[in-house]
Amino acid sequence: MQTKRTIFGNKGLPYLLLAPQLAVTIIFFLWPAAQAVRQSFLREDAFGLSSSFVGLRNYTRLFDNPEYLNAIKVTVVFSISTVVLALGVSLILALAVDRMIRSGRAYTTLLVWPYAVAPAVAGILWWFIFNPTIGIMPYILENLFGYDWNHSLTPNDAMILVVVAAAWKQISYNFLFFVAGLQSIPTSLREAAAIDGAGPVKRFWTITLPLLSPTTFFLLVVNVVYTLFETFAVIDATTEGGPAQATNILVYKVFRDGFVGLDFGSSAAQSVILMGLVIVLTVIQFRFVERRVTY
Amino acid sequence: MKIRQIATVGAVSVLALSTQASAQTQIDWWHAMGGELGVATEAVAEGFNASQSDYVVVPSYRGSYTETMTGAIAAFRAGEQPDIVQVFEVGTGTMMAAEGAIVPVYQLMEQTGAAFDQTAFLPAVVGYYTDPDGNMLSMPFNSSTPIFYYNKTVFEAAGLDPEQSPRTWAEVEAFSRQIMESGAAECGFTTGWVSWVQLENFSAWHNQPIGTLQNGFGGLETEMTVNGPIQVRHWENLARWEEEGLFRYGGPGGGADAPPAFYAQQCAMYMNSSASRAGVLNNTPDFEVGFGMLPYYDDVAGAPQNSIIGGATLWVLSGGSDEEQAGVAAFFNYLSSPEVQAGWHQQTGYLPITQAAYELSTEQGYYEANPGAEVSIQQMTMNAPTDNSRGLRFGNYVQIRTVIDEEFQRLLAGDVDAQGALDAVVARGNALIRDFEDANG
Repeated sequence: MQTKRTIFGNKGLPYLLLAPQLAVTIIFFLWPAAQAVRQSFLREDAFGLSSSFVGLRNYTRLFDNPEYLNAIKVTVVFSISTVVLALGVSLILALAVDRMIRSGRAYTTLLVWPYAVAPAVAGILWWFIFNPTIGIMPYILENLFGYDWNHSLTPNDAMILVVVAAAWKQISYNFLFFVAGLQSIPTSLREAAAIDGAGPVKRFWTITLPLLSPTTFFLLVVNVVYTLFETFAVIDATTEGGPAQATNILVYKVFRDGFVGLDFGSSAAQSVILMGLVIVLTVIQFRFVERRVTY
Repeated sequence: MKIRQIATVGAVSVLALSTQASAQTQIDWWHAMGGELGVATEAVAEGFNASQSDYVVVPSYRGSYTETMTGAIAAFRAGEQPDIVQVFEVGTGTMMAAEGAIVPVYQLMEQTGAAFDQTAFLPAVVGYYTDPDGNMLSMPFNSSTPIFYYNKTVFEAAGLDPEQSPRTWAEVEAFSRQIMESGAAECGFTTGWVSWVQLENFSAWHNQPIGTLQNGFGGLETEMTVNGPIQVRHWENLARWEEEGLFRYGGPGGGADAPPAFYAQQCAMYMNSSASRAGVLNNTPDFEVGFGMLPYYDDVAGAPQNSIIGGATLWVLSGGSDEEQAGVAAFFNYLSSPEVQAGWHQQTGYLPITQAAYELSTEQGYYEANPGAEVSIQQMTMNAPTDNSRGLRFGNYVQIRTVIDEEFQRLLAGDVDAQGALDAVVARGNALIRDFEDANG
């Protein structure tokens, strides 16, 4: 038997207390990440029976590949549209709720509901609503506006669908932060401006928006990360990256190439690139968001 | 001291348990059959388990075909693979190339000394899964072939003969126009699986090569050849018909939007797997369904040839003990017995894999009682398969199927013409085949 001292000594205790967290981090984050990096330099058959070191070939092939370049373009369009839509709509909703005196709480509760819907379920929901054969929206668009909606053939329709579905999911989250942000703006400032003769629009642009900027900037980063990495289920349930790769965003391509195509080398290289992107975004968040908070 | 005692007792009891369990060898079987097909699949395993006492087959549902195959490959890489895994036909190239990971069925039967007669199987089914020397590599389980479904009620309303399905594509076009002009339905026809039905089967049915080296059966150096004039003509027509509203596109992959369009009587004709028969009958209580063979272009020499299959087969993964392999062999023999096969065929709509099962079904009066159930077999066995119609075997074919869908979508969207779309299929497909050759060569 060992004595208590050697186990719970001063030196060991902090490590011991950290051990569970470290173990989780190493097993679930560092080790798989290292595996991905290793895999990205290899060329293997699906079963891993033969593998050879190919250096940076998996990476160079990616940037020569028109499909990958297309995926980058698609991701940029998708991210910007989704973030703008999700932030814009939720800000308008938050401003509207902020003006309510009694019903604000009820609206807040109702508007948070979509956030509780699982991404896959949300995807199926939108798939149903916009289904070209049986959906209600194509029917309405056709009869009221004469627009022939078909997201399984028209790239723009597909992009609109995934942007709307992805943004809808994120609006609740943004909304909560905006409501909290608005509440922290001292009423006295706005009242003072009102007394000085500034209208609601003027007050919004000169007082509310600047004072909300830390919240907005934080949400911007969170939303970009969301569109890049957490929209997989929405894409998978609605368009599966189609038509003709028009909605094939980077993270979905990692899945398609790895799990459907069994091209683990290329898939690993793509995820290493995405990992680099997350690191950059995290640095931005810590460097700038933390600084901008002190206004 | 105490701990050691507990450990000893524990070890002894584990030993006791394992000897008890090893009286019956467990055989793990991963499959992708959900819903009603899953129930039928489990019934097959239960039937085998009840028929003997040496082995227990444990079926386990692993999700879609892609998920099952990827899961089995991941399990193999971790050394935890099942004895049997069900793999869809387009994964055949990948499985075949993994020589150290699989045990070919003919070899398994030889090694275990099980009675096995390959000639008892339907050549059109087994041909898809043999090596160049004609040896069977995997066990056909659920094979189907696309057939033609049509709405008899709409045909009648449009003034067409409800007992006659269109034989040629010219008739499909003429019938579609008549149906739409008469207002009996708003669209002529739709199809599931554009890649499988309107390109692969279309080529085989017209005796056109899908690829060099006997559609890839001859080796990994194969190249695709689906951009021939007959295929281009057909895709050109499909695009034109889609433009005019005669044909409705059901989406990529299986074409999820195609069945509802047929069920809701929006489209009067529909092409899909013969295994969709039960689903079609369940979903169409309001009208009578007719069955027919796939249409063809009557000015193409050699058409109609024979259609090719889809579906899945059972692959044996290496690493199992001798007892496990013997159990797998016994299970495969049970599976291919006429009674089991005929039951499976009649219950699910998949093809019977042996001649005897087909004859037994005939004897039982199944085809007389179920019109349309025989179309698939007649279509498969219409002619002896040629090098163009035995099937196809390309590496990375799962991705090539996606490429076919993408180029078809670009064609329908008007971004490219039929020749351009099929040229792109060939170029992109060949690049994927070369990648596969690189990784497996």
